[in-house]
Amino acid sequence: MQAKPFELFPDAASSIAGSVDGLYAYMVLVSAFFSLLIAVLIIYFAVKYRRKDDHVPLPVDEHSIGGMILEIVWSVIPLGLSLVMFAWGASIFFTESKPPADAMEVFVTGKQWMWKIQHNEGAREINELHIPINRDIKLTMTSEDVIHDFYVPAFRTKADVLPGKYTTEWFRPTKVGEYHIFCAEYCGTKHSGMIGTVYVMTEPDYNKWLAAGSGEGSMAEQGQALFNQLGCGNCHASAFNKNLGRCPNLNGLFGTTVDLKDGTKTRMDETYIRESVLYPQSKIVAGYDDIMPTFKGLVTEDGLLKLVEYVKSMGTKNGAQMSAPPLATETSATDAKTGTPAKAGAAKTSAAPAVNVNRPGNQ
Amino acid sequence: MITATHPVETKKNYLNAEEGLKSWLLTSDHKRIAILYLISVTFFFALGGMYAALIRLELATPAGDLVESNVYNKFFTMHGVIMVFFFLIPSIPAVLGNFFLPMMIGAKDLAFPKINLLSWYIYMVGGVFTLYVLLSGGVDTGWTFYTPFSTSYSNGYVIAAGLGIFINGFSAILTGLNFIVTVHRMRAPGMTWFRMPLFVWAHYATSMIQILGTPVIAVTLFLLVLERGLHIGFFDPAYGGDPVLYQHLFWFYSHPAVYIMILPSMGVVTEIITTFCSKKPFGYTFIAFSSVAIAVFGFLVWGHHLFVSSQSIYAGLVFSVLSYIVAIPSAIKVFNWTATMYKGSVRLETPMLYAIGFIGLFTVGGLTGLFLASLGMNVHLTDTYFVIAHFHYVMVGGAIMGFMGGIHYWWPKMFGRMYSQVWSKVAAIIIFTGFNLTFFPQFILGYMGMPRRYHAYPAEWQVLNVLSSAGASILGLGYLIAIIYLLYSLKFGAIAPPNPWGATTLEWMTDSPPIAENFEVTPVITQEVYTYSAEEVLHVV
Repeated sequence: MQAKPFELFPDAASSIAGSVDGLYAYMVLVSAFFSLLIAVLIIYFAVKYRRKDDHVPLPVDEHSIGGMILEIVWSVIPLGLSLVMFAWGASIFFTESKPPADAMEVFVTGKQWMWKIQHNEGAREINELHIPINRDIKLTMTSEDVIHDFYVPAFRTKADVLPGKYTTEWFRPTKVGEYHIFCAEYCGTKHSGMIGTVYVMTEPDYNKWLAAGSGEGSMAEQGQALFNQLGCGNCHASAFNKNLGRCPNLNGLFGTTVDLKDGTKTRMDETYIRESVLYPQSKIVAGYDDIMPTFKGLVTEDGLLKLVEYVKSMGTKNGAQMSAPPLATETSATDAKTGTPAKAGAAKTSAAPAVNVNRPGNQ
Repeated sequence: MITATHPVETKKNYLNAEEGLKSWLLTSDHKRIAILYLISVTFFFALGGMYAALIRLELATPAGDLVESNVYNKFFTMHGVIMVFFFLIPSIPAVLGNFFLPMMIGAKDLAFPKINLLSWYIYMVGGVFTLYVLLSGGVDTGWTFYTPFSTSYSNGYVIAAGLGIFINGFSAILTGLNFIVTVHRMRAPGMTWFRMPLFVWAHYATSMIQILGTPVIAVTLFLLVLERGLHIGFFDPAYGGDPVLYQHLFWFYSHPAVYIMILPSMGVVTEIITTFCSKKPFGYTFIAFSSVAIAVFGFLVWGHHLFVSSQSIYAGLVFSVLSYIVAIPSAIKVFNWTATMYKGSVRLETPMLYAIGFIGLFTVGGLTGLFLASLGMNVHLTDTYFVIAHFHYVMVGGAIMGFMGGIHYWWPKMFGRMYSQVWSKVAAIIIFTGFNLTFFPQFILGYMGMPRRYHAYPAEWQVLNVLSSAGASILGLGYLIAIIYLLYSLKFGAIAPPNPWGATTLEWMTDSPPIAENFEVTPVITQEVYTYSAEEVLHVV
């Protein structure tokens, strides 16, 4: 993104960029070949067979075998070349669609017209994304309002960012530098201002940047604070739950498939956790009653991501035990308006998670 | 050669059969209705073109300095809405199809002449809604009206714009219905299905899409109006809806709609090439059935607009492979047109220049569609200028080149006058050059990642944007020249003979301009269409 007067080809700065460019080269070659073939034939025929007098030649009989063979040839060859494009593109797409399991997690909330980004370790930034080189980065994204799209041309990838659900996008940056972030889905008046910069840094630089960042604790820690503040622990914390049995124990639940009251099953993933906080009545786990109140309006999308991270930190089916005790102190709950990361100087502190002193969890 | 087989005893024709404004506004003559449409679509084309000019003017500099961003957003929305719904979709079917489809099959009119007039009035009511939107402040959703932006966040006149398109849709449905019934019921004696000109086949396929697809967009926009006006939740998650559902419904119509725009143009080009090569089109049945195949498969590929929308990746896989399959009938057509020129007797008159331009530009437009059908490539290219360039190559390079070619081909028949051969060739070359200069740089911009619908952009992309804006002014100049010499020809052009190009289809077998009843006696067809030879080939009894 370094200021260049003029350019004809984008930076290639991710592990996937090379394969996309390779496919592009193949498609450009095939297209150029057929465009030139047609152009040359048309010009040649137009010159060679141009009418010079009023003599009208007899038409060629194209009902012959030759005509049929030609039709088959010029149907089958393009089909074959196209199917190569299909298979090649599909294989890249599958790589793009499946984030590696051990990828570093970053959380993105789009809103008209800015990108709010939270790192797992707690650092927050706006319209900027600092990431280390040669690490798989997975973005978990949602929108507070309309549909946006997180697009980094140098990484050759993008994904829509939707209200009401989480989408993911991943890449492995391979070149230190600064690259454009664009919102690629039209989102209203200042759509063309919903842009930003990815900073791909060396590992030491990144660690330095991260250390200078927020002192708010990791995403999971902030989520835990919010969890307690909203009173979620009154029901969902394991210590009490054992006795009460009012609500599902969240320990080790993430990533499992749970049976629902209506007889169906659902996977306990990010989207399900989010949905259960906002619309608890929509998917009730078998064996429990519809007693949970909604937290819609009480927690922001940023806060929801923190809650999701906290629930994830309680361990997965095969994973370790929860990393933090369920009932921690509530003192760290307030959102300190401190230190945004040093390099993210322009970033403003985003809205604090909607921490409400009323506890709707207790009825 | 073919000659008019009836004596020219009277100067009466459809243009002067009746006099006065009322005789036009209450006409049921398909030819007069075609002229009403010609005037209306030309008006909307000029209006949409004006917005295009404003867009390119703004993008000549990287900063958003000509207008505010919300004004710019209205420019591209109005450009898209007007060009797609009020120009491209009705242009060839409602003007050239209306005029020539009945004549080509030897009919006196369409099956339902009054419904034909009604469809024009419906189109105009839809148009008035759109003009109301435009004059009262515009709409800023983009022509795609994506939710929940359009239903819950936009400040523009979304409901009026949606209703305008909703109403206009009925016009397209009625025209399609009229064409299908006409082709089934009104063919002259001896006009078997496989003696029909390929222009008729193309319109038959288009009409199928119009009557099957248009109701879906009507319903979709109706749901959108309900959600915006009454907050009934269909698409906005805040009301319990699903925004991606809207995209499925929208593209279920709007992708086939692309074929509504391009198939008639393919029909025109087929007629022009056979006539100016004096040779039967290579592979008549392949061209005819490829139109039908495009119409059918075109309904199965809408999901390729949703590859990055969070649609299932397996759905993406199916839509991707189907998109490649729908490309094959288009490829077949291009090869058949090219093969038709082989050993033909080629005359590079103005309509033929447009037809050749069409083949070249449509080939580029079609091939770049293959890039977008590829999943991994689409992720990078979707919503960038690559998409803009691709569909303008198909819509302007394809559909409008076909429309211009058709207008120049049939102008002598429609108005009985010849236009300037020199100026028309100059304009065709200017349009071809200006078009490529406008849109080719946009492919490069798109691969570099310039997103569409951006009011301002990074400075390193200015050179290509300036080239594009320069091309747009050349393109505009070409259209302007064409309008001037065509209007000039109405009064001062040489009198056109009945069949100035030596064509073989039925519309050339009657006066220029035709009489109100098209033919003095119903033609009886005894031979295949496109029979070029020194002997008389058509027996009009």
